[in-house]
Amino acid sequence: MVKITVDPVTRLEGHLRIDAEVSGGKIKKAWSSGQMWRGIENILKGRDPRDAWMFTQRICGVCTTVHALASVRSVENALGMEVPLNAQLIRNLTQSLHALHDHIVHFYILSALDWVDVISAAGADPKAASSLAQSLSDWPNNSIKRMKAVKKQLNDLVASGQLGPFANGYWGHPAMKLPPEVNLMAVSHYLEALDYQRKANEALAIIAGKTPHVQNVIVGGVATAINLDNEATLNIERLYRIKSLLEEVDGFIKNVYLVDVCAIGALYAAWLPYGKGVTNYLSVPDMPLDTKGEKFDLPGGTIMSGKLDSMKSIKSFNDPYFGKNVAESIAHSWYNGDWSKHPYEEETAPKYTDFNADAKYSWMKSPTFKGKPMQVGPLAQVLAGVATGDKLTMKYANKALKLISAVAGVKVGAEILHSTIGRHAARAIRCAMMSDLALKHWELLVANIAKGDLEIFNPPTFPKGEQRGYGFHEAPRGALSHWIIIKNGKIDNYQCVVPSTWNACPRNGKERPGPYEASLVGNPIADETKPLEILRTIHSFDPCIACAVHMVDPAGGELAKIKVL
Amino acid sequence: MALTRREFLKGISLTVAALGLPAEFIPRMVQAAMAKKRPPVIWLHFQECTGCTETLLRASHPDVAKLIFELISLDYHETIMAAAGHQAEKSLHDSVQANKGKYICVVEGGIPTADKGIHCKIAGKTGVQIIKEVANNAAAVIAIGTCAAFGGVQAAKPNPTRVKSAGDLIKGPPVVNIPGCPPNPANFLGFILHYLTFGKLPALDKLGRPKFAYGRLIHDHCERRAHFDDGRYAEEFGGEGHKLGYCLYKLGCKGPQTYANCPTARFNDVGAWPVGIGHGCAGCTEPGFWDNGSFYERLPEIAGLKVDEAGGKATGAVAVAAGVHAVAGVGRKLAKAKGGK
Repeated sequence: MVKITVDPVTRLEGHLRIDAEVSGGKIKKAWSSGQMWRGIENILKGRDPRDAWMFTQRICGVCTTVHALASVRSVENALGMEVPLNAQLIRNLTQSLHALHDHIVHFYILSALDWVDVISAAGADPKAASSLAQSLSDWPNNSIKRMKAVKKQLNDLVASGQLGPFANGYWGHPAMKLPPEVNLMAVSHYLEALDYQRKANEALAIIAGKTPHVQNVIVGGVATAINLDNEATLNIERLYRIKSLLEEVDGFIKNVYLVDVCAIGALYAAWLPYGKGVTNYLSVPDMPLDTKGEKFDLPGGTIMSGKLDSMKSIKSFNDPYFGKNVAESIAHSWYNGDWSKHPYEEETAPKYTDFNADAKYSWMKSPTFKGKPMQVGPLAQVLAGVATGDKLTMKYANKALKLISAVAGVKVGAEILHSTIGRHAARAIRCAMMSDLALKHWELLVANIAKGDLEIFNPPTFPKGEQRGYGFHEAPRGALSHWIIIKNGKIDNYQCVVPSTWNACPRNGKERPGPYEASLVGNPIADETKPLEILRTIHSFDPCIACAVHMVDPAGGELAKIKVL
Repeated sequence: MALTRREFLKGISLTVAALGLPAEFIPRMVQAAMAKKRPPVIWLHFQECTGCTETLLRASHPDVAKLIFELISLDYHETIMAAAGHQAEKSLHDSVQANKGKYICVVEGGIPTADKGIHCKIAGKTGVQIIKEVANNAAAVIAIGTCAAFGGVQAAKPNPTRVKSAGDLIKGPPVVNIPGCPPNPANFLGFILHYLTFGKLPALDKLGRPKFAYGRLIHDHCERRAHFDDGRYAEEFGGEGHKLGYCLYKLGCKGPQTYANCPTARFNDVGAWPVGIGHGCAGCTEPGFWDNGSFYERLPEIAGLKVDEAGGKATGAVAVAAGVHAVAGVGRKLAKAKGGK
């Protein structure tokens, strides 16, 4: 048996350590350990609840916007407030535009290099790469000229001897299976992805002031002033600029991103059995269509043991099914004690005791829903859509499955989604859905403004005494919730239960492994000194570790190490 | 060149092996070795949110592909590098050894010092140690973002891990601060381009910030300044003044005490910035902005207007004075500012 430590796991936000026991070329057991703690929840204590979103958004600059949205929703929930329809729609545009950027960046920049061999691409035939790419999609930049240019750019980089971020990659690794032409196509799209994620951000900045770290989300609504008769506000010029940028990004998502994920996934069909892990899924509804948060465009709820007929929907921002069933355990986490508590009841007393696989080994707590570990993320959300027969989900899920079947040469159904590759496919499906929804909510906003409604804000008032509230948000990485207790207008307790904590958590009080840990079991490992396969499965979750442990920072982690014991 | 051809070729072969490339790259590498090198850059992450890296993804002039392929050699950067674990560590060590005293080091994040720095350990070393080994051996250090420049959000009261800025800890190379939460990528790239083009640091203010980006108060070049001067204020989000694009001073704007080029550089290539959509400036390029009072309380005294002379130093004092009520006798502007409430 060989024990491997990968530390740091790169191409993600924050500092993550993965330990695995490998025997006979397969992973038998795995541990996921968050290596940081910052103290943001502690810093929030005693502050003005209106300011909380500004702080919590800084939990993560990759998941920018999401902690802002969850935070204002938690305060509004505590105060029993609604926000005006325009504010809801502008927030929806904010979240969907950010999601487009986020999903594109995740696939190309943060995970493609696990599957795509950049050095192999440097030797590809541009003509063959172009004709292959054109057989998949009629994207104009799949031309021979473009492929030639990318090949030259790549060769120039390689010949410079300064590979920069591509140095010491897993080039030529036995698990890399794509032909050179597919690699070249993917590198070409990697470079284009950089342009399109930027365009999504440009559209977002028009309503949000800037990104990363938007500055338009406020308790009670949004700060984005609307006035069709003014040059300094959201007017028809700004609205249409958003739309034209959005349409460009939409083209890339539908013709390139979704297609690449399906094609590359199908070419790695041998990987479809790997990475299943925890098959209890949690998602929350989002993209609200009303001022109360009772009607949504994105479905959410729970699915237990992978059974779609066990789907139970979460129905509103106030649904006690969500509010009552979340808890966090610290059995294997570096905090004082051993308990499982509802977020309102939690206290946070850090106690670092080094990595001990049998005892405490992570800064992350272990969230549970009705006492069970849950997988969150686009896969959970897409499965909720499939389970409820949501039309938009079905449209893109069917498209993706059809394309995977065509390239793989075998007919596959939704069951393949419970896998490492399935998480990538679900993310691409969700991205296509979010692109449609961004356009739809743009239309809804314009229609509402056309009625003469310019309202964006209901002023919050903070009564004496105590109020409790939670706000949830289906972030690009999955179900996020913030839990706040306000006393006499000041923050008394603040807890964030974050997507990457659900997924990357250590074993809970009942010794059940978290989704990362469970999903690694059974993964093949071709070369223990270069455990590329671990990166594949971990990256498929889109880890965000600053989010997962929002309290302090890297402690005790031996960043940058693979130990072969 | 003192190397014999044999030694030179041997060196190239080692480099090819170190990069994990097949041997057929050797002749091309020989050619490349004669050509001009892209300056090596090592990017370190400490207590941060990666927003400063994300901001670079949004840059357009140059964009990140051009930056990496043509302008610099980004030898270590955890968020984008292909290698992980041991392979990643090798990239770092190779570059530090080969380019000692010649590389640019970028620091993203604050560095915790409580409990001997154990709250930030990388490769078994504390952030403080890594600063010594990597940053102190750089030609110059860029502290990107308010965390590296001034401690940032984790240094907000009560600063649980006793976070320090890069400049507090680095000894030797010059440290340039590019604050902002995150900063405008134009300011980071502007510094890089200035340094590579002119071979020297640009002029800096007292807080180590380039004057080309942090030389004036936001208030000085604000598009809503005329409204401030004439006493036209937004009184409430979504209210009449807000819809008319009036000054956001009463809604908590920190522009009168914040040095940055947001109103001139704008963000994301669409002419956007927070004030432009209707939210006050948060003051994120200034030290301690997290503890300068609520983002929705107006600046206590228009003594903020005196800040100009002090070059940013006095801003802290203004904020500390947080008496909330504006004081009479600061002239026409204040009188009008008070008018609404």
